[in-house]
Amino acid sequence: MESHLQHNPDLTSAVIYGLGWVYLLLFVLNCAWVRRSYAVDGNFRLSLGGLLGKGQEVPFAALWAIYCAMLLMVGIAHLTGSGNPQTFPLKMPEILKEPINAGSNPVAFFVFSTSLFIAMIVFRKVWTTMTAGWLLLNFALLFVTLSVTDYDFRQIVGKPDNVPIVAMLYIVGFFTWLYFRKSVENDKRRAEGRPLVEQENNEKVLTWPDLVYTELICMVVLTAILIAWGIVLQAPLEEPASAAKTPNPSKAPWYFLGLQEMLVYFDPWMAGVVLPSVILVGLMAIPYIDFNKLGNGYYTFNERKFAISTFLFGFLPLWVAMIVLGTFLRGPNWNFFSPYEYWDVHKLELLNNVNVSEWFWLSIMDRQLPVAPAGSDQLTQIGMILLREWLGLVLVAAYLFALPPLMAATVFRKFFSRMGFLRYMVLANLMLFMMSLPIKMVLRWAVRLKYIVAIPEWFFNI
Amino acid sequence: MSVGDYIRGSQIWKSIFRHPAPVDRRNRIVVMLTNFFLHLHPVSIKQQGIALSYTWCMGGITFFLFLVETITGVLLMFYYRPTLQFAFNDILALRDVTTLGIMREVHRWGAHAMVITVWLHMYRVFLTGSYKPPREFNWVIGVLLLVLTLLLSFTGYLLPWDQLAIWAITVGSNMARATPFLGYEGPGAQLLNIGGFDLITSGSDARFLLLGGRFVSEATLNRFYILHCVAIPLVVSLLIAIHFWRVRKDGGISQPL
Repeated sequence: MESHLQHNPDLTSAVIYGLGWVYLLLFVLNCAWVRRSYAVDGNFRLSLGGLLGKGQEVPFAALWAIYCAMLLMVGIAHLTGSGNPQTFPLKMPEILKEPINAGSNPVAFFVFSTSLFIAMIVFRKVWTTMTAGWLLLNFALLFVTLSVTDYDFRQIVGKPDNVPIVAMLYIVGFFTWLYFRKSVENDKRRAEGRPLVEQENNEKVLTWPDLVYTELICMVVLTAILIAWGIVLQAPLEEPASAAKTPNPSKAPWYFLGLQEMLVYFDPWMAGVVLPSVILVGLMAIPYIDFNKLGNGYYTFNERKFAISTFLFGFLPLWVAMIVLGTFLRGPNWNFFSPYEYWDVHKLELLNNVNVSEWFWLSIMDRQLPVAPAGSDQLTQIGMILLREWLGLVLVAAYLFALPPLMAATVFRKFFSRMGFLRYMVLANLMLFMMSLPIKMVLRWAVRLKYIVAIPEWFFNI
Repeated sequence: MSVGDYIRGSQIWKSIFRHPAPVDRRNRIVVMLTNFFLHLHPVSIKQQGIALSYTWCMGGITFFLFLVETITGVLLMFYYRPTLQFAFNDILALRDVTTLGIMREVHRWGAHAMVITVWLHMYRVFLTGSYKPPREFNWVIGVLLLVLTLLLSFTGYLLPWDQLAIWAITVGSNMARATPFLGYEGPGAQLLNIGGFDLITSGSDARFLLLGGRFVSEATLNRFYILHCVAIPLVVSLLIAIHFWRVRKDGGISQPL
């Protein structure tokens, strides 16, 4: 888009060469998959719309074989392609980059990750088959492989400290897939009255050799991985520390970037202190508020729908996806940047957000914000501040104190009767704190809300 | 008689291992009971408790990474000096000239990996409902270990003393300034004053306690170094011991008793 800003080449010979090996690796992986598919997947009937007369039985594996051959050719093309790297044709096409860039913003990101989360649960039987899993893996790998051909994308994903996050995304994705696969299987078995996977083959075995050898192999493999990782990727070391030169953006360590992202919506005392504390207390409270005795020691979704959905919502869209947003998509001045966008320090974003008090006094009442006259005593000043913020304070109080009993009487009636007062109140408050982030996000985007309660005099903004 | 048999029959070998090699059923049981390192494990174990697709092995990997971090960390401590004069240059030398300077790479990547494996371990424990009775309290200890793992990583982040380090710590620790009541820019801090004299100032609040100063300085480096190398690892070791002990006492990693 802004070509005058971009002095850096999308492709270099080294990148093309490296990608060649990635495609070859993909080719080898898919060869193994072709073999599996040939053994398992069976045939389909191919008539090419009557062109083949009677039609012919073709194994599904043939489709994978074609894909495999394409990967091989693409890989070889990368490894042997000489000449000007800028004119190398195999890269993320602009026609895909532009809509992705144009459609990317914090709203779209959150809507996308939340929709994905819902789809993941609703369609859990569909996407957890082996073939669907393999398709998703290939899609995810090809997306990153192709995107790496973009300079700006490569800059961010390739930062040494960001590489673990990319790896984490694949690993978390894999284990989420594995969980749903196992729980779908167990839920099916339960419905048919068959024993669960974990109940079959659950004899006692001797720890030596069955466990200690696994541990030994695991340690050897991990040591090898760590050393290889250390050789291939150097730990980051930037310029010597200087208190005078503030980098832009300044970012916390990557595992705290979800919290840093919350600073967009909350003040530091909420985003940096209260909400993290609530997260930790909430995690510790889980065993004491989950009264459901089912699902102890086996994978299931149907028997623990509420617990699992809530936890997954907290972990996937609100923690992992926020880290992705904070790490990869937040640039200078914590502005949002699309995946293929240049991190321009001069990018400006309008911040004309409004407080509830401003909206109430200026727009609804059509008058100035109440201010204590100069030189008035402390009590008057406090009174005027409370008067100014009365609506926000009432809203927050209603959220925290009126909603729990209201929910106990309606949506959570069963929970309330089974959990008792104390357990229920802990659960309700944890839910309210968790939902405060998405609620604040939506309010920011929908009505440009800044603070519900804005009392900067006391550092008390919500 | 083979060399192996000769060694295993010697007085020295027997004095160390106390029993014959674990080649038959009896000795496979005995070895688990009489070896210090192996006695963390039970003698026999349910198959599901060691099935990789069930356990994901993430708790074990986390513990292994903790050991890797301890060993590489001790080696790095022989070399690295936590002062403004030396800190950055020592890390630079580890990268460029020092033999086995790769220990720093292994240490850093191991640390990132450990954060991820702790999350995945908790993910698995949650998804299998393994925090349910009688294991509620072990989950609580696990959450404490999560916090300490993050703090270990956070305190270690400062030690290279480069731009990445001090600004990440600055951004992170700025939050402490806004702690309710205990941070000088936190709500309620103004209430803590005696006769107009503020108790919570930029020189006495939570952030000052964390940094040992009003901004990230040499005092911070020293403070984080001690936390990173001594204080937190000691607490973590204790909690790991309790965590493992509870796994045994609560009847394995998962499933009702």
